[in-house]
Amino acid sequence: MSYAAPHIGWLQIAPLAIVLGTGLVGVLVEAFVPRRARRTTQLVLVFAALVAALLLIVAQWRDTMASGGVSLFGGSYLLDGPALAIQGTLVVLSILAVAVFADRTSVGQDAFAPAAAAVPGSDYEELARRKGLEQTEVYPLAMFGLGGMLLIVAAGDLLTLFVALEALSMPLYVLTGLARRRRLLSQEASLKYLLLGSFASALLLFGAALLYGFSGSLHLGEIAAATGTIAGLEGLLLGGMTLLLIGLFFKVGAVPFHAWTPDVYVGAPTPVTGFMAATTKIAAFGAMVRVVYVVGPSLQWDLEPMLWTVAILTMVVGTVVALVQTDVKRMLAYSSIAHAGFVLVGVLAFSTEGIASVLFYLVVYGLATIGAFAVVTLVRQTRTGAEGTVILGEATHLAQWAGLGRRSPWLAGALSLFLLSFAGIPLTAGFAGKFTVFTAAADGGAVPLVVVGVIASAAAVFFYVRLIVLMYFTPEREEEGEEGVTVVTSSGFTTVVIAVAAIGTVLLGVLPGPLLELLGQAVKFLP
Amino acid sequence: MSLTNYLVLSTLLFTIGTMAVLLRRNGIIVFMGVELMLNATNLALVTFSRMHGNLDGQVFAFFVMVVAAAEVVIGLAIIVAIFRTRRSASVDDVNLLRN
Repeated sequence: MSYAAPHIGWLQIAPLAIVLGTGLVGVLVEAFVPRRARRTTQLVLVFAALVAALLLIVAQWRDTMASGGVSLFGGSYLLDGPALAIQGTLVVLSILAVAVFADRTSVGQDAFAPAAAAVPGSDYEELARRKGLEQTEVYPLAMFGLGGMLLIVAAGDLLTLFVALEALSMPLYVLTGLARRRRLLSQEASLKYLLLGSFASALLLFGAALLYGFSGSLHLGEIAAATGTIAGLEGLLLGGMTLLLIGLFFKVGAVPFHAWTPDVYVGAPTPVTGFMAATTKIAAFGAMVRVVYVVGPSLQWDLEPMLWTVAILTMVVGTVVALVQTDVKRMLAYSSIAHAGFVLVGVLAFSTEGIASVLFYLVVYGLATIGAFAVVTLVRQTRTGAEGTVILGEATHLAQWAGLGRRSPWLAGALSLFLLSFAGIPLTAGFAGKFTVFTAAADGGAVPLVVVGVIASAAAVFFYVRLIVLMYFTPEREEEGEEGVTVVTSSGFTTVVIAVAAIGTVLLGVLPGPLLELLGQAVKFLP
Repeated sequence: MSLTNYLVLSTLLFTIGTMAVLLRRNGIIVFMGVELMLNATNLALVTFSRMHGNLDGQVFAFFVMVVAAAEVVIGLAIIVAIFRTRRSASVDDVNLLRN
């Protein structure tokens, strides 16, 4: 009996392997490197790995676009244009997001609990704080999460899809519970995310089982082929697709599966909020676009009512509820829900322009989201007591942001830029993103969706601009007794992230052409 | 016995699990509901695997078991952390974010 060695595309899986491998090495670092050196070691490892992964993705760009991609491991790992483009986006955004993790600011503390296992308010926690302990496990956790994301966008079968979905979710459940301040809120958010997240995964899994029952195969391409040949089992097919999509809707935070989003975004440490708001959504959209475009076309008529309803609800509810929020993080959470709706509009174009527009929109949204949450990490509450002024957690109430434009014009300016980009004002990247998405959808025949989308974006301008007005044109609130607001100085990382995100937002707004052209090559899914 | 019976059982178990998640208030019971959903799916996968005469579904079921175990590890860790703080595992007590 002869044994044929399987073909392994080392180059193609290298970015994924490097990221996951760094996560594993990071765990060993936690165990063997002395505490003093751990943070530096982790940071060097993580950034080296992310840059290496990015370079490898860039290196295989031309070949992948020319050949249309490669199918590895019997079709389980499909590295085609969209997969590679989204992997590149994810790695770039992760570099930015993880840099925000690392910032200790002028207070000298990062955003994570000194000892996550300690009971909040206990002596042990106080001791850990005084000793200056740091939970450096956040870096390997972020790497594991990113590994899952890189895998899910290239998942060619339902098994890989499910495992990748869980691999990206589980580290995030833990990261959500690690906030240094307001630990009760953080743990609560973690529990909600866990329960609702695993519930959604279970629904997705049952959907996968039904699709397997329908087609006898786990491969998306073979399921798509079976839709045309197998008759009499439409119940399994439609039920399976619906449950599968619900699982993914949950991950992108589409209404009516969005209930976790505001709570988790508020409770999680803000750097983690930025990380997951940008990357999880992008990864889940990557998987959704693949499912919809590979299996969906023959079911377009059956799936469209559901997809349209979800898209419209997401845009409308996200926008309307964001109008009445008084907490910055909560407002950004609802705004991210609305953005999920806009991306869905692009998905529903059912055309190659639709795919390119979705890829572009995700880049734009990710940049502005990480930038905006990075700004939130720097605006802090203070309390003046007997022992002087103490800097506390983030000042997230909108009223506390009044007059920020006078005290820190650069910071407020950057946030205004991100908000304008969210709102889709011309000359920011958000406008280019919305324009391409809506054009693609209108060309694809989804005109009613575009109308709703345009109305929703117009209404959304109100709450974005309200915050800008508050920062620049509202006088600072009188200091009420001991409570105050201050802006802490970043230790460098966050400043760089905000600057990069701001430059990216302006650049993509003024000159969207090159990136659009680049992403325009990456629109062919392997079956 | 017809293989369809197993599918009916699997769907029933899945529904019971779903109801447990949606209706019960104790975090651990909710979590058990999720586990029941995963295991109900395993039954469906194995049954479909038998119906189609290939092994994909059985392999999938093994992966689901591993994932479920990992999920329990993380889930119980989070629930225990919350329980040590509040002396309660009820999801109704977890309501700071509502206010």
